[in-house]
Amino acid sequence: MADQMVSSRSGIGSHKTSPSWIPTFLFVGVMLALPVVAPRYWIYFAGLLGINIIATHGLNIMMGFTGLLSLGHAAFVGVGAYTVALAQIHLGLPFWIAIPLAGVSAALIGVFFGLPSLRIRGLYLVIATLAAQFILNFIFVHWQSVTNGDVGLTVQPATVFGFPLNTETRVYYLILGVVVFMTWFGANVIRSRVGRAFIAIRERDLTAQVLGIEMVRYKLIAFALGSFYAGIAGGLLAYFNQFVNPEQFGILLSVFFLSAVIVGGMGSTLGAILGAAFMTVVPEILREGALLGGSAVGFDMSTILTPLRETVFGLLMVTFLILEPRGLARLWTRASKDSRSA
Amino acid sequence: MDALAQFAEYSIVGIAAGGIYALIALGIIVIFKSSRTFNFAMGEMMMLSAYFFYAAAVTFALGPVIGMIVALAGSVAIALLIERVAIRPMLGRPLIAVVMVTFGIGSIIRGIVGMIWGPNERPIPAILSRSPVLLGDIFIPGKTARALAIAVVIVVALLAYLRFSRAGVALRAAAADAITAYSMGINVRRIIAFTWVIAAITGCISGVLMANVNTLTPHLGVVALNVLAVVILGGMNSIGGVLIAGFIIGWLEAVTGLVAGTEFREITPYILVLLVLLVRPTGLFGTKEVERI
Repeated sequence: MADQMVSSRSGIGSHKTSPSWIPTFLFVGVMLALPVVAPRYWIYFAGLLGINIIATHGLNIMMGFTGLLSLGHAAFVGVGAYTVALAQIHLGLPFWIAIPLAGVSAALIGVFFGLPSLRIRGLYLVIATLAAQFILNFIFVHWQSVTNGDVGLTVQPATVFGFPLNTETRVYYLILGVVVFMTWFGANVIRSRVGRAFIAIRERDLTAQVLGIEMVRYKLIAFALGSFYAGIAGGLLAYFNQFVNPEQFGILLSVFFLSAVIVGGMGSTLGAILGAAFMTVVPEILREGALLGGSAVGFDMSTILTPLRETVFGLLMVTFLILEPRGLARLWTRASKDSRSA
Repeated sequence: MDALAQFAEYSIVGIAAGGIYALIALGIIVIFKSSRTFNFAMGEMMMLSAYFFYAAAVTFALGPVIGMIVALAGSVAIALLIERVAIRPMLGRPLIAVVMVTFGIGSIIRGIVGMIWGPNERPIPAILSRSPVLLGDIFIPGKTARALAIAVVIVVALLAYLRFSRAGVALRAAAADAITAYSMGINVRRIIAFTWVIAAITGCISGVLMANVNTLTPHLGVVALNVLAVVILGGMNSIGGVLIAGFIIGWLEAVTGLVAGTEFREITPYILVLLVLLVRPTGLFGTKEVERI
């Protein structure tokens, strides 16, 4: 997205390379204190948000920083979730092994699908990721003996030293820790030599190659890293919901992550967080609004919630792509600059 | 019946079913030719047209003929709207961004259709006769055979139109070199809008045929993604190759249904795509592109 990135926070033209610490600490502090003050439903919601942030970081690394479009992100999240479920059921692995394993297996399967097309330029990768979405979902549904088909698998809560993470609040702290780590890790990868290679490839892959960046290698790293993030998110999701089934990882979820990256602002770490937050909140507002409006006119809106969501996700994607390709991150930085100068 | 004869029968029926896919492929490639845009919303355009047909023919009881006219008019109007509102502002933007826009449009249409007509199957009036066609010993379902005949007629008519009409010449000029075409007085923007109209027409006819051969559900358009995958794989260079891609998908689906079971039909095109990418990384008929940095 050549012309869109120049002034984004972590783009090439950015002089500020370290994150602003004070707001970050403040934010994490508020998040730590949240379970003390907020009702249970909010905690559930915040946990879900954390998982979405991790997966969105992953897609942002591929799409926003390296320019690799993936239409199958949800399937890689699914791979992570099933890895955790199967590792627990068959091997009895604890969460601190199972979650990294979920990331690794998603990265491996991602590379399996991505490798042939990553060697070629053009839209082949888009098709390969679409293939991954359909084939993996097909496996989730039809490989009965392993995945238990449409019914899915039950996951026991994660335990820390015999202490089960069986309430929203306990899983929430686990998720919060992982979110902070993954955000920090991702932001640092982007600031490194690898991250600069990603951005160079996004801007113009042939030029990057002429300048000595091994295009295929870095594309592969970006794709594996993005899938790794998806797998971690999936692993957490398995512990969070305590069940895994194929319906969770359909193409609608892939559209969700695409919209989150686009709405937040492609190629911005802050954008991934804002986008994931926005996209997690929107369906809730839609649901409340639709149910409220529906009961006012005496119509049961619950049946149309899923298509309504689909419409709004699509609308947000198209609107932001046309009107503000740098997304919420751009609006955010502009607003904070204005407030400082005022 | 012995296995070979059965295989042959399935193959022929599959290739016959591929006529609709070839029609879809034609709609995808004309847009690509004019503006390098991959239309990921083709399947949704198809499905929406079929629902327009349903609304006019069944809900408002206007009969299949007026239903078809309404469906064509509606899908052309929607295509022009999409082109004007969402595609034209994206001119000159990166390829991937435009792909995402069409993908988003697909999501919008899916959602709207889901909200209006719901997830259940809708009965539509049969416009194709069920009486089977016998080709020697081979039995081709009536609807499939007639859908093939209609698709072939439409494809041939459109190809002839694009070959001989002024609009067709202008389209090929714009496809060859948009800037030169523009400086020679061809209104390239109008050409792009024109290709969206052609895509709407092929999408509408294939959508209604598809709803007749199978059933009318919101999943009707999913097959267009398969077509798109195989079309991209085949290389977007020639219209002939793209049409063949349509028939290949039809054949593959039928044969997979026979050999591996019907549930595998939905993923066969993608398995094919991955296998071809492994063996022939430049696509089936792809040519190496030379690019200036």
